[in-house]
Amino acid sequence: MNEGHGERRQHYLNVDYGLRSWLLTTDHKRIALLYLLAVTLFFFVGGAFAALLRLELLTPQGDLVQAETYNKLFTMHGLTMIFFFLIPAIPAVLGNFLVPMMIGARDLAFPRLNLASWYIFMAGGLFTLAAAAAGGVDTGWTFYTPYSSVYSNTNVILTAVGVFITGFSSILTGLNFIVTIHTMRAPGLTWFRLPLFIWGHYATSLIFVLGTPVLAITLVLLAMERILGVGIFDPALGGDPLLFQHLFWFYSHPAVYIMILPGMAVVSELIACFARRRIFGYEFVAFSSLAIAVIGFLVWGHHMFVSGQSVYASLVFSLLSFLVAIPSAIKVFNWTATLYKGSISYDAPMLYALGFIGLFTVGGLTGLFLATLGVDVHVTDTYFVVAHFHYIMVGGTVMAYLGGIHFWWPKMTGRRYPEVWARLAALVVFLGFNLTFFPQFVLGYLGFPRRYHAYPPEFQVLNVMSSAGASILAAGYVIPLVYLLWSLRYGPAGGPNPWRAAGLEWQTPSPPPTENFEKVPTVTEEAYAYGPGEGEDG
Amino acid sequence: MMSPDVPHRRVYYLVFVTLLLLTLVTVELAFFDLGLLNVYVALAIAAGKASLVVLFFMHARYRGGLTWAVLGAAGVWLAILLLLTLSDFVTRDWLAPAAPAGLEDTP
Amino acid sequence: MAEPGPALAGQFEDLEQQQDASWLGMWVFLLTEVMFFGGMFAGYAVYRAAYPAAFGDASRHLDLPLGAINTAVLICSSLTMALAVHHAQRGARRHLTAFLVLTLLLGVTFLGIKAVEYTHKFEQHLVPGRSFLYEEGTARHAELFFVFYFAMTGMHGLHMVIGVGLLAVLAVRAWRGRLAPPRVAPVELSGLYWHFVDIVWIFLFPLLYLISRT
Repeated sequence: MNEGHGERRQHYLNVDYGLRSWLLTTDHKRIALLYLLAVTLFFFVGGAFAALLRLELLTPQGDLVQAETYNKLFTMHGLTMIFFFLIPAIPAVLGNFLVPMMIGARDLAFPRLNLASWYIFMAGGLFTLAAAAAGGVDTGWTFYTPYSSVYSNTNVILTAVGVFITGFSSILTGLNFIVTIHTMRAPGLTWFRLPLFIWGHYATSLIFVLGTPVLAITLVLLAMERILGVGIFDPALGGDPLLFQHLFWFYSHPAVYIMILPGMAVVSELIACFARRRIFGYEFVAFSSLAIAVIGFLVWGHHMFVSGQSVYASLVFSLLSFLVAIPSAIKVFNWTATLYKGSISYDAPMLYALGFIGLFTVGGLTGLFLATLGVDVHVTDTYFVVAHFHYIMVGGTVMAYLGGIHFWWPKMTGRRYPEVWARLAALVVFLGFNLTFFPQFVLGYLGFPRRYHAYPPEFQVLNVMSSAGASILAAGYVIPLVYLLWSLRYGPAGGPNPWRAAGLEWQTPSPPPTENFEKVPTVTEEAYAYGPGEGEDG
Repeated sequence: MMSPDVPHRRVYYLVFVTLLLLTLVTVELAFFDLGLLNVYVALAIAAGKASLVVLFFMHARYRGGLTWAVLGAAGVWLAILLLLTLSDFVTRDWLAPAAPAGLEDTP
Repeated sequence: MAEPGPALAGQFEDLEQQQDASWLGMWVFLLTEVMFFGGMFAGYAVYRAAYPAAFGDASRHLDLPLGAINTAVLICSSLTMALAVHHAQRGARRHLTAFLVLTLLLGVTFLGIKAVEYTHKFEQHLVPGRSFLYEEGTARHAELFFVFYFAMTGMHGLHMVIGVGLLAVLAVRAWRGRLAPPRVAPVELSGLYWHFVDIVWIFLFPLLYLISRT
């Protein structure tokens, strides 16, 4: 039932080649690929902004760009990476492709809504790029008032509209996942037989639907203030800038869990497969996903410790921020326990997964520094914070994304990528990443503030290290782009299950047929049915 | 849930009349000075009206756990948003007078 | 009666799964709407607590009788919507259409009354922005009240317009017999949406109109 090179077995890619069949598709697998194209594009756009930032920071003087331009660059870098890569990438690419397959369904609950999500995403993205082309916005991705609502002369409303539109893409995807997972599981697939990938995406979807609408209304109010000249958030007119911050971070903090939960979901699948073991403490990991999603909504005030927030509220938020670290730690313990006495192989996806565990742990631990009120006063708005979130988002999410792309590449495309180049790239990424961001912890601790394009000369060495690391990291990202594209034409056939992995998605041909399964499977085993020994077929 | 229970039409009329009556009550009560209680009484009546609409018009009374879970989530998350945000504003002035006060009701 | 096409969509195993999915989908969507409006309620709560005198004074400029009538109008429309769903489930085409149209008319009535109110506010220079004029001292704070008044009732009104549009489409389809059992989901789901919009107003009315009438 595998394909050879000569067979013309019909699958979701070759069933129709026309442009219309792609642009009007309702097949979740094709929509996943549409998203893949989009997020890849946005990733490199965001990366280009980063390159300019790191270029400027090579020298202490602000000599590459003016201060105002620098402000626009880091704003656009943040907006592009957060809203157009980190938030959508894993859920909309891997989630869309795999959620129906992993639960034995033929598609998501609402396929046309899924396509609409992609179009909305593209519309929002184009709006935001248009804002960039029109001169960008310089408020920081956080849009703090009253600068954004009163004083900035840049394209605030245009950008806000772009982000507003894109938010609906998230909301609809989350809605689709929740309904699908609740109502369309195959016979016998109880909740505790689900792959942890599904639990992770379910938890993420809860955040999508509960948090994103608040960002939407916040942007509406911001636009109202800017257009009407009223004082919703402007202290000169009776408003309170902290109200903006509360409403903004109510979404934007859970948003970081939107960015990491899918990464953790991927890592669970990778660790299980490449240690050939069921994830240790499956139920703990499953519940931890939910716990992160829920507790994640209770901590947003830790972004406002020095903004003028009440000390008592800050105390509460600080305590809750410590609590939210616990479920993340539980996951790290369980992945590590899974590795113990596992039969470990070091294929590229596993290298990314292992890198994730290490780097995410560093990022997560430094979050505790920031959750501590006294320490935060010292390091807030410094590069310590920048390093913290890049360890999680780049060392975490991006690595998990790459690991997942590599792992499911044979399933999605029917091709294998060159393993040697993949391992090399993973190593380059890991080294480049650490060289880029570790110096930033030191810089931040020494008091180097973020969002500044010029600095005293004694900080140059660390900045040069960071910029050098960034070039290596960039190379590490370009290499997979090249060989993955190459593999589409020249890669050997993957077969249905080249990794001998467990999971319903591996029980279909690669690439799968449009309807996923000829016959909807009935599930009788736990997830990760990896035997105690080798020779386990998927 | 192939054919879930639905209420008899009589129930709809009863709920309708109750909603109108409660509207009357809340308007009348607004003219009585109950001090701080005014807001809470009005909100309680509104919550009561909303509950009737949810339970009977939206058939939540006749549906299973998932509908209730979504309703519960709505209540909880709305509460988180309102209460945690307000907790900042309400406690701003609790520190010593030297700290800047919160928003003041003078022009 | 023309056959409109398969009642069961391809991704579902059976009709029950499809109905469960649609029902849950609409409730989750309403959940997002609760959070969407919730942000405005949070802002309103903060400023109401901060400026009680100014907000109370500003609130008295609202037309209480019109607001109360509108509340009654919406409650009636929820009844007619519930009855529409009732008749849809019984396959009573004429009754279904009649109640959908009634609901639609009540919705339009609400919007009409709202338009009258907005016009009054415009004439009284109470629309926030450059033309805002307020007689008492706390003009800035009163303007804030009107910002939230227009934002919240405006957003609510937008949702009503969408609802009215939905009802119009449904009424036409119902008349043509396309909403006979088992194809009643569109009516049920639209009903959920309509009732939700009613509930938002149930909270808006006392919070905006009734806060300082003693």
